[in-house]
Amino acid sequence: MMKQLFPIRHVMGYIASLVLSAAALAVIYLDLSKTVDIIILTVTAIIQASLQLFVFMHIGESADTKKELYINIAYALFVGLVTIFGTLFIFLWGWYA
Amino acid sequence: MDLEKFKVHGEPLIYGAMISIALATIGIIVGLTVFKKWGYLWREWLTTVDHKRIGVMYILAALLMLFRGGIDAIMMRLQTAAPDMKFLDAQHYNEVFTTHGLIMILFMAMPFIIGLMNVIIPLQIGARDVAFPRLNAVSFWLFFFGAMLLNISFVIGGSPDAGWSAYFPLASIEFSPTVGNNYYSLALQISGIGTLITGINFIVTILKMRAPGMKLMKMPMFTWSVLITNIIIVFAFPVLTVALALMMFDRLFGSQFFTMANGGMDMLWANLFWVWGHPEVYIVVLPAFGIYSEIIATFSKKNLYGYTSMVFSMLIISLLSFLVWAHHFYTMGQGVMVNSFFSITTMAIAVPTGVKIFNWLFTLRKGRITFTTPMLYTLAFIPIFTIGGVTGVMLAMASADYQYHNTMFLVAHFHYVLIPGAVFAVIAGFHYWFPKVFGFRLNERLGKHAFWWIIISFNVTFFPLFLLGLMGMTRRMYTYSEETGFGPLNMLSFAGALGLAIGFVILVYNIYWSTRYEPRDTTGDPWDARTLEWATNSPIPAYNFAVVPKVQTRDALWSAKQDNIPLFTEEITKIHMPSNTGKPFILGVVFFFFGFFLVFSMWIPAIVAGVGIILVMAAMSFDRDHGFYIPAKEVIATEKKLRGETV
Repeated sequence: MMKQLFPIRHVMGYIASLVLSAAALAVIYLDLSKTVDIIILTVTAIIQASLQLFVFMHIGESADTKKELYINIAYALFVGLVTIFGTLFIFLWGWYA
Repeated sequence: MDLEKFKVHGEPLIYGAMISIALATIGIIVGLTVFKKWGYLWREWLTTVDHKRIGVMYILAALLMLFRGGIDAIMMRLQTAAPDMKFLDAQHYNEVFTTHGLIMILFMAMPFIIGLMNVIIPLQIGARDVAFPRLNAVSFWLFFFGAMLLNISFVIGGSPDAGWSAYFPLASIEFSPTVGNNYYSLALQISGIGTLITGINFIVTILKMRAPGMKLMKMPMFTWSVLITNIIIVFAFPVLTVALALMMFDRLFGSQFFTMANGGMDMLWANLFWVWGHPEVYIVVLPAFGIYSEIIATFSKKNLYGYTSMVFSMLIISLLSFLVWAHHFYTMGQGVMVNSFFSITTMAIAVPTGVKIFNWLFTLRKGRITFTTPMLYTLAFIPIFTIGGVTGVMLAMASADYQYHNTMFLVAHFHYVLIPGAVFAVIAGFHYWFPKVFGFRLNERLGKHAFWWIIISFNVTFFPLFLLGLMGMTRRMYTYSEETGFGPLNMLSFAGALGLAIGFVILVYNIYWSTRYEPRDTTGDPWDARTLEWATNSPIPAYNFAVVPKVQTRDALWSAKQDNIPLFTEEITKIHMPSNTGKPFILGVVFFFFGFFLVFSMWIPAIVAGVGIILVMAAMSFDRDHGFYIPAKEVIATEKKLRGETV
């Protein structure tokens, strides 16, 4: 009964994602250098994303569509990174000066 | 409460529109009551989760919007037909070209394609429905009520007037103080959520629900194009969602994302808009490529030439479509390096597109070609689209674009791409698949009349715009003086627009005529086609296939017919079906009111409607619905009846 109410894996995952969100907040409340800020944000973001994918979205579960799932995630990463770095490219690095 | 803000003043045309909307509404209500059709409408259509019926509703809505957008177009061509015309004033002209763009792209081309997708995809892959039938209904009703929200803006409060791309700072609350652009952000947001859900639904459907034996590389080309399109939808629409949300915050809550002060950046809107906007072009064009591939193969009696290269060229197009967006704003201020990069990626798209054009030509080569109406549209598409493509490469050259930018040359270019690349395709698909859904073909003679009117008038309308653009006429100018010399070509273009209108009227008359007089088809395969959707009866029974087909080759039905490979080998058993539900429709209605109240900043009603949305969604999640079974006996009886046997 307790196991059904508190599936340990999911409860731990939930707590972990709360902790990770709190850790990311350190960037605002602690006075750190910019490099440290970016490192904290990147690391917590990657762990957070994988936590969601593996614990809550069960990406590892279905064997038959595994390839399609990972191709889709790669595509999503491609689009996300292109949007971010493309925008930086247009407005910062490549801006007419 | 202040009623003044709801009113739109001054224009006899707007009063005319108000009266016609009121009359049409009264007409529909009276008609439904007199013929006692309220129950029928609710049971068979508003609550349906059947992919075919949802598809038909999408297409009906798209046809309605085609006429709304078409009337906008004729008004614009009339206003510019001669120098110093007084038909529309500047404000009204701005509203008309803005809504024309929005309606034609988002509420005509998209739903028409999603409609065809809904009707055909489950049939083509041998499935009984989409993966999430109820979510499909949610998609449709969100799209529908988003479209309605934008449509009422014309008579209540005023339409958006900053162009379909709504560039900041013009679209900000400072320079566009009317509610028009609030409508823009909310109507597009609501229908955009619907589209995003459709994207997820169809990816899952195509990946998980194919008939046994249908490997990915054995899927029909239309299914492939739809799969890739939906992947683009899922990755491009979130950008629009975010951009529209930021726009709404700026306009309603005074945030400063796209302002020119306080750290805001107006150009970021144009950037985000086109990160979505360019893939959007491929969202409407790729399914068209799929439709043409099916039609060319069927009416050349050959399998599609270069199947693998067709698939890969679409995949490459989908990747490149995310790498070209800055070519929409070459003149915004970024440096040479940026423009060169986006120039090259843009031109690179011409390569996979060229591969597709050659594949179609090679499919035609030595084929036994029959010139049916859908085939005529397809054949007309190839040269016209090529003109659009070539002028696209001209525009892609950043340095030359400084001359073409924002001229009628650009307007001519994208009409030469989007009309053959989307409108002809959906009309061709409409003629091609019509007998599948309704059990009779559209009349060929009337269809060809409409075709010639449309094809000739299209060129008369839009070719002069290339010349006008080169002469220096900019887009979106509501009038011009006689000395410019723009008059005669604009008049010619207006004449073409009238011809297009006649063509579309013939097309609609054809639907009416064929419904009454065209002979009924009992074979289910009137065109002697190649893919699975023609293997079942037409009109299609609710369960699509009495027995799930077994696929061995690419053109499953064709090889079944040629080599006598049986498609259906199993016994008929009971069939599980999803049950109808009214909640998606109710959700759409609540979303409509939520959007409307937000447009006018009526906070208390908006919060009430927002809570309503959450309640309806909660009710949907706690719904226990296991569907129902159609007993085998009933399936057998239906099958016999559809084949014309007596039960």
